[in-house]
Amino acid sequence: MYPELGQMALILALLLASLLAVVPLVGSVTGREQLQAFSRPLSAGLFVFVALAFALLTHAFLTDDFSVAYVANNSNSMLPWYYKFSAVWGGHEGSLLLWILMLVGWTLAVAVFSRRLPTVMVSQVLSVMGMVTVGFLLFTILTSNPFDRILPNVPADGADLNPLLQDFGLIIHPPMLYMGYVGFSVAFAFAIAALINGRLDAAWARWSRPWTTVAWSFLSLGIALGSWWAYYELGWGGWWFWDPVENASLLPWLSGTALMHSLAVTEKRGVFKSWTVLLAIVTFSLSLLGTFLVRSGVLTSVHAFASDPERGTFLLILLAITIVSSLTLYAFRAPVVHVRARYAGLSREVFLLLNNVLLVASTLLVLLGTIYPLVLDYLDMGRLSIGEPFFNLTFSPLAVAAGLLLGAGIFSRWKKTDGGWLGRKLLWPLAASTLVTALVMVGYGEFKPWAFVGTFSASWVVIATFWDLWEKSGSRKGRLYGLKRQSRSYYGMVLGHLGMAIVMAGATIASNYGIERDVRMSPGDTAQVGDYKAVFVETGNRRGANFTAEYGRFEILDSEGDLVSVQMPEKRQYLVQRNVMTEAGIDAGLFRDIFIAVGERVAEDAWAIRLQYKPLVRWLWLGAIFMAAGGFLAISDRRYRIRDKVRDTDVPVPSGSKAGKPAEAAS
Amino acid sequence: MHPVRKKRLTIVLFLLIGLSIAVALTTYALRQNINLFYDPSQIAAGEAPVDVRIRAGGMVQEDSVIRDPESLKVEFKVTDFTSSVLVEYTGILPDLFAEGQGVVAMGRLDGEGRFMADQVLAKHDENYMPPEVNDALEKAASLRAAESTGAAESSTGY
Repeated sequence: MYPELGQMALILALLLASLLAVVPLVGSVTGREQLQAFSRPLSAGLFVFVALAFALLTHAFLTDDFSVAYVANNSNSMLPWYYKFSAVWGGHEGSLLLWILMLVGWTLAVAVFSRRLPTVMVSQVLSVMGMVTVGFLLFTILTSNPFDRILPNVPADGADLNPLLQDFGLIIHPPMLYMGYVGFSVAFAFAIAALINGRLDAAWARWSRPWTTVAWSFLSLGIALGSWWAYYELGWGGWWFWDPVENASLLPWLSGTALMHSLAVTEKRGVFKSWTVLLAIVTFSLSLLGTFLVRSGVLTSVHAFASDPERGTFLLILLAITIVSSLTLYAFRAPVVHVRARYAGLSREVFLLLNNVLLVASTLLVLLGTIYPLVLDYLDMGRLSIGEPFFNLTFSPLAVAAGLLLGAGIFSRWKKTDGGWLGRKLLWPLAASTLVTALVMVGYGEFKPWAFVGTFSASWVVIATFWDLWEKSGSRKGRLYGLKRQSRSYYGMVLGHLGMAIVMAGATIASNYGIERDVRMSPGDTAQVGDYKAVFVETGNRRGANFTAEYGRFEILDSEGDLVSVQMPEKRQYLVQRNVMTEAGIDAGLFRDIFIAVGERVAEDAWAIRLQYKPLVRWLWLGAIFMAAGGFLAISDRRYRIRDKVRDTDVPVPSGSKAGKPAEAAS
Repeated sequence: MHPVRKKRLTIVLFLLIGLSIAVALTTYALRQNINLFYDPSQIAAGEAPVDVRIRAGGMVQEDSVIRDPESLKVEFKVTDFTSSVLVEYTGILPDLFAEGQGVVAMGRLDGEGRFMADQVLAKHDENYMPPEVNDALEKAASLRAAESTGAAESSTGY
C-alpha cells in the first residue's frame, strides 16, 4: 500500500506545483496580494508531499519491497542497509526523485529565508521554481515512475545495486552534486523574476548572490567527490577523464563561477546587469543540459541508466522550453536596463570581465568537445570521439591564464587602477612565485614546460592572495586587529582563490610527475615505483557481505627499506550480478599517494599489477573543500545578516554582534 | 576618441582576441584529437588509415586471446563475424574483458594490418554493448544476409 501512497503524494505534489507556478505569478502581475500570499504555504506543502514520496520510496528499499519494480532492479536483500538507503538514488527514477526533492527543498529555503524581500519578488521567484518543479514532476510521473509495481509475479529477490555504486562515495556524491545543480535554479528564478518586473538592480544582485554561492559550493564538493570516487573505485587511479558525464557537471560549474564573479560586479558597481542575467539563465540551462545528457541515454557511462527514447525526448522538450522562453523574455526585457556607472579600461571591473571571458570560453570549449560527437552521430555523419588530449590542450592554457589574471586582479581597484602602480605591486609576487616554481622544479628533479606554467600560476595566486591579505590587514592597532577587521566575504574569497590554486597545483603536479607502471608480478616479486618499492607478499581470500574477494598483500618500502604501509588491494566478485570489481589499495598522504591495483590473472601464479606514485593528488579534492568552505564563509557575511536583524527588530545591531541567523538557507 | 567609446573598443578588442585564440586552439586541437571509429570489415577492406589514432571495436573472438608468458603483452582478435582484426596490447585489461564480449580499442594500425592498441575499453555492465560495436555487428550481419540471399535481391537494394 505504501508505494501507492507515494504515487499519490507525487500527484498531489504536481497539483501543488502547478498552483505555485500560476497563482502567485498572476497575483504579482495583477497586484493582488491575497494571491501572492499563497506562494509560501504552497512551497511548504510541495516540499511536504515530495519528501513524503521520497520517504516512502526509501521505506520500500529498507523493507525490501521487491514488488516495486525500481526496488527490484536496484536492490537486493543481501545489500547492507546503508547501501539500501543510497540505492534509492542508485537508478534513474530514484535519482530523479532526489533531484525533485532538492528542487523543492531549495524552493522551501527561498520561501523561509526571504522575509526581507518584497512580496512581489518572492512570489515571482517561487512561481518560477514551481514551473521548473512541474516540469520535473511531470517527467517523473509520466515516464519514470519509481513506484511502478511488478504484480502479481513479485520477484523473490532484487537484481542488486550495480557493485560500482556500492560505495561510500555514492552515498554522498549525488546529493551534493544535485544540491549544486538544482541550486542554480534559484539564481535562474531570481533572474527571471527580475526580468519580469524589470528590476535589475544592486538589490537583486545582493539577493541572488548568496544563493548562487551556496549552489556553487555544493557543486564544487559534488564534482570533487565524483572525482575522488572515480579515483579509487573506477578509474584505476585516474581522477578526471573528460567523460561527457563529468563534463556535464563541469559546465554549470564553469558558468556558475563566471556568474558568481559577475554578480559581485553587479552588486558592487551596478554594471554587467544584462550579462549577469544571461549567465544565470545559461548556468541553469547547462544544469538541465547535464541532466538531459546523463538521464536520456544519449551517453553511455556509469551514470546512464537503462535508456528510453521517450525520456530523452521529454527532457529535450523541457530543456527547449526553458531556454527558448527565458531567452525570449531576456530579449524583450534586458534592453530596458540602462547602465550609468563608469569604469576605466584598467579596473577591477575589467579584470572580472576578463575572468568571465576566460570562464565562458572554457565553458564553450568543454561544451563543444562534449556535444560535437553527439550531434554528428545524431546527424548520421559518423561516429567519432574527442579524446582527452583535446580538452587538456585547450583547457589548460585557459586555466593558467585565469590564474595569472586572478593574481593581478586581486590588487586592482574598482573604477580605475593605475597601470604603473599595479605593475610595481606585482613585482614582488612575481619574483616570489618564480622562486617557488623553480624550487618545485628542482624538488621534483625535472623541468617540464606545463609543470612550470601550472606551478607558477598556482603559486602566483597563493602569493598574491596572501600579499593582499597582508597589506589589507595592516593596522595601527596591530596585525591581529587588522585581520579581524576583514569581512567574512573577503575571507571567503581568499579561501576560494586558495582552493583554486591548490586544485591547480594538484592537477599540474599529479599529471606531470606521477608515475604509473603496469607490471607482471608473482608472490615474492618486488617492483619499483618512484622512490618506493612494492613487495608482493602473498594472496588470500575473504568474504564480504555480498561478495567474495581475492586479495593480494603488498608491503610498501621506502628508499631506505623501511616499511611504509601494507596494502591489500582486491578483486571482488559480487554474488548477485557476478561482476568482478577491482578494489585498489591506496596509501594516502598529503604529498603523495601510492596506489596498487590488481588486474587480471595472467598465469597460474602471476597477476597484472598496476603501481602508481601520485604526488599531490589529494590536493585536487582538498582544494575543492577550500572552495566550498570559502563559499559558505562568504554567505555568512554580516551584510547578509544585519539586514535581517534590522528588519526583524527595527533596532540597529551593534557591529560586533555575532547574533542572528546566518544565511544558511541551503542546509 | 570619446572615453566611453574607447572603453568599448578595448572590450571588443579583448573579446575578439580571446575569441580568435579560442577558435585557433580549438580547430588545432580538434584536428589532432578526433578519433574515428572503424569496424573490423572496414579495416580488413583497407578503409582505415594506417598510423593514425583510431578506434576499432567488435567482439573478442573465442580462443583468440594469447598472453605473453613474460610480460603483460596480449594479443586477441576482434571480429564482427565477417572479418576480424588482430589487436596487440600491453597493459591491464579491464575487468569485464573476456572472450565473446564487446570491446572498443584505441590505437593505430601498423602497415601489416595489426592494430596496436594503447587503450582497451570494455564497459562496466555485462549486458552493455558499445553502440558502435552493436552497429558494426548489425551492419556485418545484414551484409552477410544480403549476400546469402543472392544477387536477385541486391538489385532491389537501396
